Amino acid sequence: MPTGENGLKETAIIEMRQVTRRFGTILAVDGVDLSVRRGEMFGLIGHNGAGKSTLFKMMLGLEQPTSGEIFVDGQRPRGEAFRQVRRALGYLPENVAFYDNLTGLETLCFFADLKRVERATCPDLLAKVGLGDAARRLVRGYSKGMRQRLGFAQALLGQPRILFLDEPTNGLDPEGIREFYRILGELRTQGVTVILTSHILAEIQERVERLAIMKMGKICATGTLQSLREQMSLPLRFRIDRFDGDADVLGRLLRQTAETVVHESDRGTLVVECPRIHKMAVLRVLSATSGIVDIRIEEASLEDVFMGYGKERGNGETGSGMNGGRL
Amino acid sequence: MSIDFRQVATIAAKEFWDRIRNRWVFVTAAVFAVFALAIAYFGAAQQGGVGFAGIEVTIASLVSLVIYLVPLIALILGFDAIVGERERGSLDLLLSMPITRFELVFGKFAGLSAALAFSTLAGFGLAGMLLWYQQLDPSGLYHYFGFMLSAILMGMAFLSIAVLTSVLASDRARASGGAIGVWFFFVLVYDLILLGILVGTGGAVGGKAFPFLLLLNPADVFRILNVFGSEQARTFYGLATVFPQTLSDPWFLGLILAFWIAVPLALATWRFK
Repeated sequence: MPTGENGLKETAIIEMRQVTRRFGTILAVDGVDLSVRRGEMFGLIGHNGAGKSTLFKMMLGLEQPTSGEIFVDGQRPRGEAFRQVRRALGYLPENVAFYDNLTGLETLCFFADLKRVERATCPDLLAKVGLGDAARRLVRGYSKGMRQRLGFAQALLGQPRILFLDEPTNGLDPEGIREFYRILGELRTQGVTVILTSHILAEIQERVERLAIMKMGKICATGTLQSLREQMSLPLRFRIDRFDGDADVLGRLLRQTAETVVHESDRGTLVVECPRIHKMAVLRVLSATSGIVDIRIEEASLEDVFMGYGKERGNGETGSGMNGGRL
Repeated sequence: MSIDFRQVATIAAKEFWDRIRNRWVFVTAAVFAVFALAIAYFGAAQQGGVGFAGIEVTIASLVSLVIYLVPLIALILGFDAIVGERERGSLDLLLSMPITRFELVFGKFAGLSAALAFSTLAGFGLAGMLLWYQQLDPSGLYHYFGFMLSAILMGMAFLSIAVLTSVLASDRARASGGAIGVWFFFVLVYDLILLGILVGTGGAVGGKAFPFLLLLNPADVFRILNVFGSEQARTFYGLATVFPQTLSDPWFLGLILAFWIAVPLALATWRFK
C-alpha cells in the first residue's frame, strides 16, 4: 500500500474536493476533502447528524453536492457513465428496509436482476451471511439482525469493487458482528475497497486501516488510529492492579522521572498516565518498584481520540472508558 | 440518457406480481364483474323492467359507473408508488442500483398499469362474455372492446397522475390526500364548474370552448369516446348536438388520453430529483 503523497493520488478510488451540501439553511456537509485508496478499509466516524450518511449518499449519486467535486472510480457520480460504475458498487444504507411481502430469496433475486447478477448466486450469498435457513421465509418475520444480514447480502451482489456500509453492524449480535468482519476481511484480500461508518468505536478501531473523524459536517482528522493518537498527543495509561505499596511515594518517584499523573482507585488499582515519549522511563521506574504484580498498558482508544477532537485540540482529558465506547 | 428496458421490466414485474400476490388484481376484477353484471341486468330498471338490455345501453350504463370507479381505483393504486418507497426507507437502496429515476418511475407505472389492465379485462371481459352469450351481436362486441380499452386508457391516465402525486408528496398521508383531491376535481367538480359557467352566463362564456375544455379532463374524454361510439348511446345521452363531430374521432380522443398518460409521467420524472 503506497503511503506517499503521489502514491495516494494514483490509487485513490474515491476523491472528494471541497464538497459541500446544504439543505435549506443547514450545512450538512461543509467543505470536505477526502481521498480513499483502492483496496483499503476506511472508517468514517462521527455523531448522529455529523453528515456521514449525506457524504455517503453523495458518493453514491443519491444526493448532488451543492458545490465541490466527487470522483468515484474515476467518474462523477451522475449520468450514464456512472451507471456502469454502480454495477460495481455495493451499498448498505443505514436502517435498511425491504419489502415485507417477499421472502429473503425473492428480495435478493429482485436486486440481483437490477444489478444484472445471476439469480443462481443468490442462495449461496444468503448462506454466506447466515440466512440459508431463512431464505424462503417472508422478510416480514425477520428480526432486525436478519434484515441487516439480508442488506449485507444485497450489498455483496455481483462482487462489488467498492462497498459502502452505513452502520453495518446495527442490530447484529456479537457473533454476527464477528462473522461480518470475517467476511469483510476475506473481501479485502480480494482487493475490495470498503468504506464503513460506525458509532461503535471499539468495534471499528482495530479493523480499519484509516479513519476520518467527522463533526458538524466537517472532517476534522484523517489518518491511521496511531497517527491520530500522535496528533492528539493522548497519554498512555499504565494500570496496576492490587498495588500494595505507597502510592504517594511512587507518584513522587515517577514525577521526578517524567511528566506523569497518578490516580488511585478505591479498589487498590493504580493508574499512571504519561505522554507516549516517556513510556520506557516510566516502565523502568515501575519495574524497579516492589509490590507490583502485573502492569497493563493501555493505548488511547478511538473513543479517546474522538472525544479529544470534541474538545479543544491538545487538551489531554481522556474519555470515560477504554473500550466499548459508543457515540 | 439511455433507457434500459430490462430495468423497467424488472421494476414492472415486481409491481405486477405484488398486486397478484396480495390478490388486488382478483378482488378488483371480481368487483368489476359483479358491477358489470348487475348493471347489465338492472340497468333498464328506470325504463320499468329488469333483464339483460341491449349491449349498447349496457355500455352506456357501465360508462357512468366506470367513470367514478376506475379513476378512484387507479389513484389508490398509484399514490403510494414512490412516496411509499421513500417512507419505508427502501428508496435510497433502489436508487443506488444501476437504474435511472425515469426507469424506476416508468417501471412502477408500467407494472401498475398491467395490474389495472388485467383486472379490467378479466372483470369486464367475464361480464362481456356472459352478455355475448345472451345476444350474439358483432357490432356490440366491437363497442364493448372499445369500452374496455378506453377504460384501461383512462385508468392509465389517472395512474399517471397518481404517480406524479406520489413523487411530489413528502409523505404518504399527503399523497393519499392529493390523490383523493384529484378524483374529486376531475370526476365530481370539473363538469359541474363547466356546466355552472355555461348555465350561469347563458352560454355567453365558454360556449365555443366547451368541447375543448372537456378534453382537459381524462374522465370526460373517456365519456365522449364511449358515448359517440354508438348511435343508440348518443341518443341515450342526448349530447349529440353539443359536440362537434371532428372532435369525436376515436383516434383523436385516444391520442388525447395518450397525452394524459405521457405528460404527468414526464412531469413526475422531471420533478423526481
